[in-house]
Amino acid sequence: MSIAITTQIICFTVLSLVVLVGAIGVVLLESIVYSAFLLGGVFMSVAGLYLLLNASFVAAAQVLVYVGAVNVLIIFAIMLVNKKEDLKPINDIKSRRIISTSICVTLLSLLIRVDLTNVWSLASPQNSIGEESTIRIGEHLFSDYLLPFEVASVLLLMAMIGAIVLARRDVMSKDIATGLPVDQELIEKSSEPLLTNKN
Amino acid sequence: MEYGLDLEYSFNEFLKGFGISSEVAHIIWLPLPMLLVLVAAVVGVLVTVWLERKISAAAQQRIGPEYAGALGVLQPIADGLKLLVKEDIIPAKADGILFTAGPILVLVPVILSWLIVPFGQNLLISNVGIGIFLWIALSSIQPIGLLMSGYASNNKYSLLGGLRAAAQSISYEIPLALSVLAIVLMTNSLSTIDIVNQQSGAGILSWNIWRQPVGFIVFWICALAECERLPFDLPEAEEELVAGYQTEYAGMKFALFYLGSYINLILSALLVSILYLGGWGFPIPVELISKLLNLPINTPFIQVFTASIGIVMTVLKAYLLVFIAILLRWTTPRVRIDQLLDLGWKFLLPISLANLLLTAGLKLAFPQFFGG
Repeated sequence: MSIAITTQIICFTVLSLVVLVGAIGVVLLESIVYSAFLLGGVFMSVAGLYLLLNASFVAAAQVLVYVGAVNVLIIFAIMLVNKKEDLKPINDIKSRRIISTSICVTLLSLLIRVDLTNVWSLASPQNSIGEESTIRIGEHLFSDYLLPFEVASVLLLMAMIGAIVLARRDVMSKDIATGLPVDQELIEKSSEPLLTNKN
Repeated sequence: MEYGLDLEYSFNEFLKGFGISSEVAHIIWLPLPMLLVLVAAVVGVLVTVWLERKISAAAQQRIGPEYAGALGVLQPIADGLKLLVKEDIIPAKADGILFTAGPILVLVPVILSWLIVPFGQNLLISNVGIGIFLWIALSSIQPIGLLMSGYASNNKYSLLGGLRAAAQSISYEIPLALSVLAIVLMTNSLSTIDIVNQQSGAGILSWNIWRQPVGFIVFWICALAECERLPFDLPEAEEELVAGYQTEYAGMKFALFYLGSYINLILSALLVSILYLGGWGFPIPVELISKLLNLPINTPFIQVFTASIGIVMTVLKAYLLVFIAILLRWTTPRVRIDQLLDLGWKFLLPISLANLLLTAGLKLAFPQFFGG
């Protein structure tokens, strides 16, 4: 066994362990902040797995999108609203846990079945594209994957407009959640420097 | 364009002479450039700290450090030693694990990004295909470390500093990436080596700064904002937030933040010089000089000479930009947080989008000037 293969196996083992332990930690940890940071670790290790598969562009995109944008926003939101409060105890917590666990186990078994029955085409040194993958991804995005790509961008645009509507409450006269008239004091005024009004 | 020194090849050949297999030789080679770049980064930080102290003193009509070594050149080392032996304090109500992990998460991505900084045709750690994109991806990890240390300090100023750092970093990353994209569009490659080679045709005239003046300014502003340098140092604004996310840190952990921010500054300056100022290129093409002097470009002496000129040029351009950044820090006032976000989202983002569109149009219209 050559040194390169040994290194790959060690890296793969460490990365998969981090992914598994981290993912379990995200679900089971009580502290939401720890969960969010562990999620970042899981995303990073997944990027490492992509690197092992010679997909460096996908790995960098994974880091940029999932760690740099999604995870940062999650942590940002948690920290903006992070109040130390005791959560109300839920009555039928046991039955809820049983139901959610059974759903998760079913999904997992489905995934394992797919993994075992599907015939995976393994990359050989002949058909691996390596550094050329960036160009290939671009070609695919503008040819056969054009429609999904555009639909995804429309989805993002819709989410963005929705977020702006929610954030700028002066668009609506009534609060969506309560039905009460919107407190106009909360709406951002056009900012004028304090000193200009003094004279 | 495949000329220049290939130290790795020569090193491997040298070791093979002793009967060592090429695989083992590769493993012996691997840590050498990494260590060299790490040392270069740390020495670069020491020089920058000294420059910062001296230039700020000159801007305020002081003398600055003068007793530690000639002109105070040893002052940064004294600073470093002081921080090294200071007591490491973790506040009683802070979160110990996150408090320790924060500074590491801030420093590691910055150092990893040096992977793609070329000092010559073959003088970089790794010519990865995704090149400059790796740096953009890695620099997006940093805000997590800042948020982590801000939260773990259990201090309202720290938390506010961390939140500001994250908001700032997210909003300035987009125009930064868009202006890099315009360069990539012209080069047809993400690799930093290709980006520099594309600018090497006619010396100073073919540098990207002439073809991308808007991109250059947008990139420089965004790079300063990403480094949290004044006028964009809101996350650690002394007058409002004590020291932002660094408030509770002492000793070596504080030094890690310090080191991270200075390494990031040098890295940004290096990348500006690579993307816009022709990287290791001499203002007059070296091939032209060697032709005038009737010297063949492939002789070992000329190769060593051009390689050293390349390193000197890269460092010189980078330190010129560091000098501008330091001068800006000591002469400009700080912007407000709403002005900062307005500048990022309402000014730089549309301008960099328009720049990208214009570059694409110009590339179609004049393929010989803007990369075919």
